[in-house]
Amino acid sequence: MFWTVTLSILNGCAETARLFFLTLLFALPFGLLIAFGSMSRFRPLSVVTNVIVWIIRGTPLVLQLIIIFYGPGMWLDNNPWNFKDGRMAACIVAFVINYACYFSVIYRGGIEGVPMGQREAGEVLGMTKSQIFFKITLLQMVKRIVPPMSNEIITLVKDTSLARVIAITEIIKAGESFMKSSGITWPLFYTAVFYLVFVGILTILFGYIERKLSYFR
Amino acid sequence: MAILEVNHLEKHFGSTKVLNDISFSLEQGQALSIIGSSGSGKTTLLRCLNFLEVPDQGIISVNGNTLFDANDPQTQLESEIRKKRLHFGLVFQNFNLFPQYTALQNVTLARELMMKESGETKEQILSAGRELLAQMGLADRADHYPHQLSGGQQQRVAIARALALHPDILCFDEPTSALDPELTGEVLRVIRNLAEQKTTMIIVTHEMAFARDVADQVIFMDGGFIVEQGDPHEVIDHPKEDRTKQFLSRYSEN
Repeated sequence: MFWTVTLSILNGCAETARLFFLTLLFALPFGLLIAFGSMSRFRPLSVVTNVIVWIIRGTPLVLQLIIIFYGPGMWLDNNPWNFKDGRMAACIVAFVINYACYFSVIYRGGIEGVPMGQREAGEVLGMTKSQIFFKITLLQMVKRIVPPMSNEIITLVKDTSLARVIAITEIIKAGESFMKSSGITWPLFYTAVFYLVFVGILTILFGYIERKLSYFR
Repeated sequence: MAILEVNHLEKHFGSTKVLNDISFSLEQGQALSIIGSSGSGKTTLLRCLNFLEVPDQGIISVNGNTLFDANDPQTQLESEIRKKRLHFGLVFQNFNLFPQYTALQNVTLARELMMKESGETKEQILSAGRELLAQMGLADRADHYPHQLSGGQQQRVAIARALALHPDILCFDEPTSALDPELTGEVLRVIRNLAEQKTTMIIVTHEMAFARDVADQVIFMDGGFIVEQGDPHEVIDHPKEDRTKQFLSRYSEN
């Protein structure tokens, strides 16, 4: 039984991992775009971006997930998710939008946290805007955002469990299913181990990055 | 011929006028000290010369070439400003060293980024950088990161960094104001050496004795105006204007 359960949860892990990595892949760059938008000197762009970030951060991810998956079918009579991996696709879209907004705020803090004097010192030395960004500000920004980013990414690991509301068999759903099929509850609690391992690996990884960047202040 | 000529420079921030009809000139090899209380416009003037602020009125020329003319948009093209900046060097009050680079890398970075245009080799740039650090008395600190250096050492690295690009005019914005009193000496000594080597400099400072001893010319600013300018011994020891006297008397009391 133990192996049956473990195998089943590992299948759930694959779904969880797919959602996790694809969300990161798209949300990390997308968040940077949103950050630039929210800091734009062109007022309409920054206002619109900030309102979107407010709506996304101000409402539960579960709700956003339900709206994105069921919304089009209900209100537009046209379900775009009607294909093989449609549920997962909808889920990734919802997660990417949500996490990109959170990341954007972290990026923004990182960018604004680099003192103006750093940019000015580069300018006075005749560097171009892109040289200043890539050679001076970028690494200082990365150093600043690693701790809040690692926090957010660890939250993402656990937020993947929300995917089960649109019937994706991620870790929790895989464990829960044994309650109905075999009347046992321990598989549900056993899922914690998998999250702990996942988060443990990430913690070690982020610790490594932080140490790598600790040579300067 | 004057190396630097500034004519009728004006700058507003909103409705406050921070620079008012600023005109002066500077000869090659001379040092100019600018004194005055905080908020008198000294720093804004340096920032205008380094194109960190755009003046609203006035002309800045170097070696007879007009670098900036508020009435001529052709002199304000973004692409040109980058090159024009190289006529000036700027040493900041709070150093602004790049924390992720060593002292040597701080000095060489800008020149390495220009290697394509200048045709210099990496070895040339590195040895020039080491030489500059040695000149600052920091030969043994080349591989230290800024946070491993004292404030005085950091400021000396910043001076070497500004010198690396061979500016025509080196500007100092209160170079010792962020330092502990016991560390100002080492930085002032370096600037004094530069003056002896006939480096053309503009020094904004609160160190009156230093301003008098090092400079060939002193400008006293108040409320965005040049109140008095001339020979340092005249301006600092025998000021003519009441506002200069008032300002200087606050220093002599200490």
